[in-house]
Amino acid sequence: MSLLLLIILIPAVAGLIAFFLPNDGLRRWLWICAAFAHLGLSLWASFFAPGLPGSAWIGMDALSAVFLSLTSFLFALVTIYGCGYVAREPADQGPLPESGMLLKNTSESVFTGSLLLFLATMSLAILSRNFGLQWMAIEATTLASAPLIYYHHNRSSLAAAWKYLILCSVGIAIALAGIFFISLSLPAGMQDIGLAALLNNAPALNHKWLELAFLLMLVGYGTKMGLAPLHNWLPDAHSEASSPVSALLSGALLNCAFLGILRIQQVCAAAGMASFGQGLLLFFGLITMGTACVFLLGQRDYKRLLAYSSVEHMGILALGVGLGGLGAFGALLHMINHSLSKTMLFLTAGNIHSRFHTKDSRQISGLGRLMPFTGTLWLAGFLAIAGSPPFGTFISEFTILRAAAFNRNWLALALYLLFLAAAFIGMATVFLRMYFGEPAAAPRRENRSAVIPILILCLAALTLGLWLPGPLGARLAEAATLIGGVAR
Amino acid sequence: MSAIPVIVILSCLFILGSSRPRVAVRVVAVQGFFLGLLPLLRAGKDLSAGILILGLSGMAVKGLLLPLLMSAVLHRTGIQRESDPPVGYGASLVIGVLLLGLAAWLAVSIGFPPQTSLPLTVTAFFLIMVGLFLLIGRHLAIMQSLAYLVLENGVYALGVSISLELPLAVELGIMLDVFVAVFLMGNLLFHLDREFQPAEAAQSPEQSGHEEEA
Repeated sequence: MSLLLLIILIPAVAGLIAFFLPNDGLRRWLWICAAFAHLGLSLWASFFAPGLPGSAWIGMDALSAVFLSLTSFLFALVTIYGCGYVAREPADQGPLPESGMLLKNTSESVFTGSLLLFLATMSLAILSRNFGLQWMAIEATTLASAPLIYYHHNRSSLAAAWKYLILCSVGIAIALAGIFFISLSLPAGMQDIGLAALLNNAPALNHKWLELAFLLMLVGYGTKMGLAPLHNWLPDAHSEASSPVSALLSGALLNCAFLGILRIQQVCAAAGMASFGQGLLLFFGLITMGTACVFLLGQRDYKRLLAYSSVEHMGILALGVGLGGLGAFGALLHMINHSLSKTMLFLTAGNIHSRFHTKDSRQISGLGRLMPFTGTLWLAGFLAIAGSPPFGTFISEFTILRAAAFNRNWLALALYLLFLAAAFIGMATVFLRMYFGEPAAAPRRENRSAVIPILILCLAALTLGLWLPGPLGARLAEAATLIGGVAR
Repeated sequence: MSAIPVIVILSCLFILGSSRPRVAVRVVAVQGFFLGLLPLLRAGKDLSAGILILGLSGMAVKGLLLPLLMSAVLHRTGIQRESDPPVGYGASLVIGVLLLGLAAWLAVSIGFPPQTSLPLTVTAFFLIMVGLFLLIGRHLAIMQSLAYLVLENGVYALGVSISLELPLAVELGIMLDVFVAVFLMGNLLFHLDREFQPAEAAQSPEQSGHEEEA
């Protein structure tokens, strides 16, 4: 059996078994084994097995390698955190001490099963080499993750799950219309919408239909990626889901939708019309960053703040690819940095929420003294996501800035800097208020499984700011050239 | 074959003017049945096993399974009508007629290749537009899920009109995705009915209050 097929099948089969396993302990071991088997295979396939045989349906190239290894790494760390999380948060929690509110969560079997199916569908979306199959997989990621958003059975999470399901399904249906237009761009007698066939026949593709296809797929997958003005589902879903799920939604799922856009941009670039997609991505990137900044300033709910920050960073990714050249490399590097930092922050937010049972940042202070490990990581996460040196985000944001300067696109450069500064102010207000000040509660011992994965993510984000490992740099450079950019 | 676009367009106008979700579900079922029939009629003498499976499964899912699921939701929630939608039923009908004109103009001006069926393309665009309009023009969650189905029917019709032959596995996978999506919507609708009376989805978490955050 093909190695790539195993990467999809292991979490899929484990997920199906998890739904029916009655024993919690056994199910958690299954979860851990599946996640780490997936990580091992993904890293092997991405970096140590060049020329791995694929098929017309699934395959591995530089783009898949970057996305797959990142998704799998994040999932493995979320697994370590998540096993402790579900053990600490049983399905029936009874009344909360602070508010007296009755809390009932999704059963652990549904949670673990959905999470593993979520990984399987994301892996399929990343490895697929056919636009129809990729569409199917991206829609399936929505379906696998919707029950995860309704984890806490309350009104807010229900409304968020509904909004997520409706908006993303509608968006993705529009992307399917885009895929139909790809078929119209094919030369006479050709029906195959596989990536390889399209790239091989790229010069013969009809530009008019390809432009329409790109536009519809940008709108469709852009909805799922969180590009404004179709980002509405994102703040609700990210803030209502449990923290491990929010971390994966932001760190991994948004990237899958981004890959959907990059694949059609790859075809456009091969067809000699990279600039068409770049212009649209530049425009939507700036609009998205601006919209996010409006909501970041004055935001009091710290999980919504993180969600809007994800919207802002999706804008940065679109802007980077839109600038082309060095910007494409910067965007891909920034995607990794953002995923590491944001996963770290959502998991830290989970620790804070478990301690305070509120998402209102005004009710939290003195984190530095009250939860020394979590508090310090919260502050480090802020520096990472705000693009401060020596974290990797600084390097990637600076690379995108260089691309804007190289293109002499001064308007984009000025707006980019303005939005980054506004986002910094909006986030600093909340993060610093929560970290400093008088502790709002009595200190309590912190759980090791809830801190170690966050620490690993922090170190990874820091390492990428100081040193880019050779194989990763080579894969990133190769991936950047595929989407109309240049290597470093 | 030429009657199907007319039936589908009329069914859309009917949904736009109807305040009763139960009736709208049945009309969407009829619409789904005829759209499922389309690939079979288009194939004519070239009917292959793949197209037959696709057409029959389309009719079964769109014309039978999904409407049955929606009817079960309606029965359980006891919703009779949406009395005060954001856009009134008369205005919705007028907008529907305008959207039909816009769909026809768009389908002609884009300039599709000759092998594409123009009436079917107009119908597809109209369905997509009506689906999007219903999403913002109705508050009831059940109507929003019907809006999604109408929009999805439009995308399906577009695929048939431009004769795209996706591999059978992908076609069936797409249909499975749609089925699971509507199944999940139905599942959430049960909970929505318990939490919000009647089942309205338009409230965001901010509106529904943060007092129950967990």
